Amino acid sequence: MKEFLEGSHAIAQVIKSCRPGVISAYPITPQTHIVEDLAQMVANQELHAQFVNVESEHSAASVVLGAEATGVRSYTATSSQGLLLMAEVVFNIAGLRLPVVMTTANRAVSAPINIWNDQQDVMAVRDSGWVLLFAESIQEAVDLHLQAYKIGEDPRIMLPVMVNMDGFILTHGMEVVDMPSQEEVDKYLPSYNTTYKLDIEHPQTMGYLADPDYYLEIRYLVQQTQQELLGIIPQVAKEFQKTFGRESGGLIQTYRMEDADQAFVAAGSVCGTIRDAIDELRSKGRKVGLVKIATYRPFPKDAVAAALKNVREVAVVDKSVSLGGFGPFYTDLTSSLSFLAGKMPKVSGFILGLGGRDIRVGSIHDVYEKLGGKQVDCEFIGLKQELLAETE
Amino acid sequence: MKEIRIHARAGQGAITTAGILGYAYFSKGQFPYAFPHFGAARMGAPMNAFVRIDDKPVRLRSQVYQPDYLIIVDATLMRGFDCYVGFKDDGIAVVNEREGMDIPKPRGKQKVYVVPGNKISTDIMGKTLLGNTVLLGAYAAATGQLTLEDLKKAISERFADKGQKIVDMNAEALKRGFEFVKG
Repeated sequence: MKEFLEGSHAIAQVIKSCRPGVISAYPITPQTHIVEDLAQMVANQELHAQFVNVESEHSAASVVLGAEATGVRSYTATSSQGLLLMAEVVFNIAGLRLPVVMTTANRAVSAPINIWNDQQDVMAVRDSGWVLLFAESIQEAVDLHLQAYKIGEDPRIMLPVMVNMDGFILTHGMEVVDMPSQEEVDKYLPSYNTTYKLDIEHPQTMGYLADPDYYLEIRYLVQQTQQELLGIIPQVAKEFQKTFGRESGGLIQTYRMEDADQAFVAAGSVCGTIRDAIDELRSKGRKVGLVKIATYRPFPKDAVAAALKNVREVAVVDKSVSLGGFGPFYTDLTSSLSFLAGKMPKVSGFILGLGGRDIRVGSIHDVYEKLGGKQVDCEFIGLKQELLAETE
Repeated sequence: MKEIRIHARAGQGAITTAGILGYAYFSKGQFPYAFPHFGAARMGAPMNAFVRIDDKPVRLRSQVYQPDYLIIVDATLMRGFDCYVGFKDDGIAVVNEREGMDIPKPRGKQKVYVVPGNKISTDIMGKTLLGNTVLLGAYAAATGQLTLEDLKKAISERFADKGQKIVDMNAEALKRGFEFVKG
């Protein structure tokens, strides 16, 4: 049913309909509304789950790790510093092959302290083994949470899944969302049953020591599963579309790429603004399109290469930066396209929107104007020269 | 596409106001995107809420820079800050009256309605809590974008859990704001 909802509330609603057994979280802006709503639902007995209050994000992650290890569907959410504090446990959850689902309401990282949106926080746990999905709209965020449990709990996969949604822009924005009914969710996502759990009837050990004789193979197996996901995630998206009638998720989505000779690559809510910019550029006869990264881990290397193989020039829009290196999307994209060898398009990397600096259609035009010129690998767009001058 | 920019201080209900506006447009089959932007993220600090409305889902995620409509919840924000920045030439503004505050003059075909929101609210309930609702009624009358019924429906939905008395007082505030502009 179509409703007009705040993003956080919509996520709480859809998580409720996934019937998690355990929820644990520690409040942090801009994630707070999600877990406040869930706590209220548990208190009102609309949701029969255990909501575990904790004193830190490290504990919240530990609680969902433990719950999931007993075979119980679990959920947590965080942002920014909270995710950084969780980091140790985040790696453990993936290493233990526990299909926790977490929402990251993406926010900048300190210092300086900044509560506003960018996508730096998730990059701190990029290499943890979690499946990383990015939502463009509140609707897609809702849909990706359903797909997240579907993907993670697949016995072939058994990995945690993080749904990234831009803080404030999507968490505090209100828009029209087609909310799936409880019956639809129950049908799509049956209850979670696994033999991979701590059970005194069938004792087993999780997280044992793996010495140099074993560790390499165990990490290799996670990498193998991530590669298998490149086949499974599109199937999940297809099945989702058949059930709910909407395109959500998948590895990548493309916009006006049919005859494009230039393309933007980006992830998250900025893709909407880029679509508007593309329509303006198209009306002036520019053949430009968008490749949206819906799944960031596993990185859809073949899908992006196929989408961009006939393109002359690519502009990668990163809302985070590996300081001293490049934008993370830029690095992944250039690695993936290097297999095209001589046919590889000219790829430039741009950093936008850090710490909530507003990305306008004009900002995207600024990026577009840079194309055709010198190839750049990590150019910051929208810098205030007068502020930089003060530091001299 | 129409764009609304609300100027308020954090804690003055701008997000609720944007949500009610969005809901009213949604009930008419349109696709609003309502969202806040916090400045200092502290109670009392200047902040904005925005509503962008279209007949298809809104994709643009930036703030609103060229509003068709302005709602100024707290006129003291106009001291030393130009709330009209980017305001469209044929735009319409609704400003909550504040004693001793001179409201800057509109330019070109812009229209500005100074509405005694707090005064009307005090008339109804003895407190200024309904000021924003009065402004919403005035917005409907001034812009012709929404009917009183559209907003009443949104108010009844939004305040349903607060009881019939609150809904009725808000409906009265809407009506008084609407009538103030319609005359």
